[in-house]
Amino acid sequence: MSRFWGFVKKEFLHIFRDVRTMIILFGIPVAQLLLFGTVITNEIKDAHIAIYDQSKDEVTREITAKLLSSSYFVLDQYLESTEDVEAIFKKGQVKEVLIFESNFAQTLEREGKANIQVIADASDPNMGKLLAGYTSGIINDYMLKEMGELKLPMQIKPEVRMYYNESLQSVHLFVPGIMAMILMLISAMMTSISITREKELGTMEILLVSPLRPVQIILGKVAPYLALSVINAVIILLIGHFAFGVPIHGSWILLMGESILFILMALCLGILISSIANSQMVAMFISMIGLMLPTILLSGFIFPIENMPMPLQVLSNLMPPRWFIVILKNIMLKGTGLLYVWKETLILLAMAVVFTAIAVRKFKVRLE
Amino acid sequence: MNQQIPVITVKDMVKKFGSFTANNHLNFEVYKGEIFGFLGANGAGKTTAMRILCGLSAPTSGEITVGGFDVYTQTEQVKRNIGYMSQKFSLYEDMTIAENIRFYAGIYGISVKQRKEKEQLLLKKLNLESERDKLIASLPLGWKQKLAFSIAIFHDPQIVFLDEPTGGVDPITRRQFWDFIYEAAAEGKTIFVTTHYMDEAEYCDRVSIMVEGRIAALDTPDKLKKQFQSEDMNGVFLKLARRVGSSESGVESKKRINKNRKS
Repeated sequence: MSRFWGFVKKEFLHIFRDVRTMIILFGIPVAQLLLFGTVITNEIKDAHIAIYDQSKDEVTREITAKLLSSSYFVLDQYLESTEDVEAIFKKGQVKEVLIFESNFAQTLEREGKANIQVIADASDPNMGKLLAGYTSGIINDYMLKEMGELKLPMQIKPEVRMYYNESLQSVHLFVPGIMAMILMLISAMMTSISITREKELGTMEILLVSPLRPVQIILGKVAPYLALSVINAVIILLIGHFAFGVPIHGSWILLMGESILFILMALCLGILISSIANSQMVAMFISMIGLMLPTILLSGFIFPIENMPMPLQVLSNLMPPRWFIVILKNIMLKGTGLLYVWKETLILLAMAVVFTAIAVRKFKVRLE
Repeated sequence: MNQQIPVITVKDMVKKFGSFTANNHLNFEVYKGEIFGFLGANGAGKTTAMRILCGLSAPTSGEITVGGFDVYTQTEQVKRNIGYMSQKFSLYEDMTIAENIRFYAGIYGISVKQRKEKEQLLLKKLNLESERDKLIASLPLGWKQKLAFSIAIFHDPQIVFLDEPTGGVDPITRRQFWDFIYEAAAEGKTIFVTTHYMDEAEYCDRVSIMVEGRIAALDTPDKLKKQFQSEDMNGVFLKLARRVGSSESGVESKKRINKNRKS
């Protein structure tokens, strides 16, 4: 046993002495969390708009005021002609232009309807759609309130509530995603690199010639990364919870248990990669392209799985992070227990077993 | 030297990689306390044979004992009784001298007290006492090599395997390194060394020369020189290689070499 601890200690020395490893282990997770949490967002906040008000009456002023008080929009300037629309979009600052037709209030009163033209800059299509959606939402809201007493013959008023994320904060989605990505990165990539490094240096042979058993060598290489990954998981959860206000409704114990399961699975993947790759470079490439990209693209982290073409949807089933993200969201946002995530848990467990089985076989073959 | 106690016995050792035979019925014995040189061109099968003796690779067939233990069934005991050093330095560059010693002593299960005593002796002998807490990366190549050898025999193995230990080192450092080897042999350790420097072959007590998977010659350097009417080991080696090589076309032997390298 003391032999084993000596081995683990040595592994920690490697980690703590290598600045690059330390940055990957602790710098990148925090930086990514902050980046994804603050920079990348699907919400609208302070979008610049311009208004061409040909009517300038009470109603148009009220609508304008309502739009601007929503905190979604900031008025950039008033336009004086339709020619200005094109010009102002080209400057790039303004993302949406509203045009009220002339005699807006009069027309509205006389004919029961009036026109507002909403022109959005759709060079970023999602953004354009969102802006237009928010704008018409606010205008409809105004209509319903103001014209409520007119008693339309029939009215359907959908009352929308966003469960589990009432304020639609994208950071709630990103924290589970980033957690899956980072644990994958650290566990799989770092272990595969550290094992292949021994191979490259020739020290692996020395270890294999020594009385240490291959299992002890592998466990010794993996144990430090297990510890560090768990620490990282806690850091991510704490930052997510306290800095970004991501709720953790479910049990912390279950959350940590699932995280450790996912980490173990990723460690097995790392061992598997190291048994295929013969150099650190190859190990890194396999981890980056084989694990990181699919984690980002196919796990439902950024792009919804439901919108993918069928073959990719099938492929995404093979991505371990996909299941982990479902588990995390369930526990954190919905507060569900194991009863609701046992299926995903079993899938992760099965993956871990399969990877271990292959890794053990591969490792033996290599010894031949 | 106690010449007649065999510590390594190899009978009919065969190692095949698919249809390719890397070691073709090898037979030899290595005696206690001798320096046994294992020579051969790249791809002749010497590394394969050495890896089998170290337990890094399983033989296809044959009877092999190392240090009196069977390599098939008593791998654990074999491992405890051998030391190994390869041409790649086996030390961790990002760790200090003391940490490397502690680590290797640890995996061989040497007690802390024993380690501390031996460590002091070793550092004194190598004149490295003041460098104890310096990273290996900061040491010159020659020192690294001597240290690597000293650490490979730190647990007092019966037999030390050296796989081209002097690759890429200048002649003076090589000479000094051989002094270390002599010293270990004088203590009764058996040294099994592969090399392709023919001048180093002269330093060995006995030399075996492998050509294309077989042992083509095995004797003391003096007797080999006499037998092949050659002034030095280089001549012996060339004559042997030419004699065996002529029985097979050049292209084919090249193929064998490449194949062996891959495996």
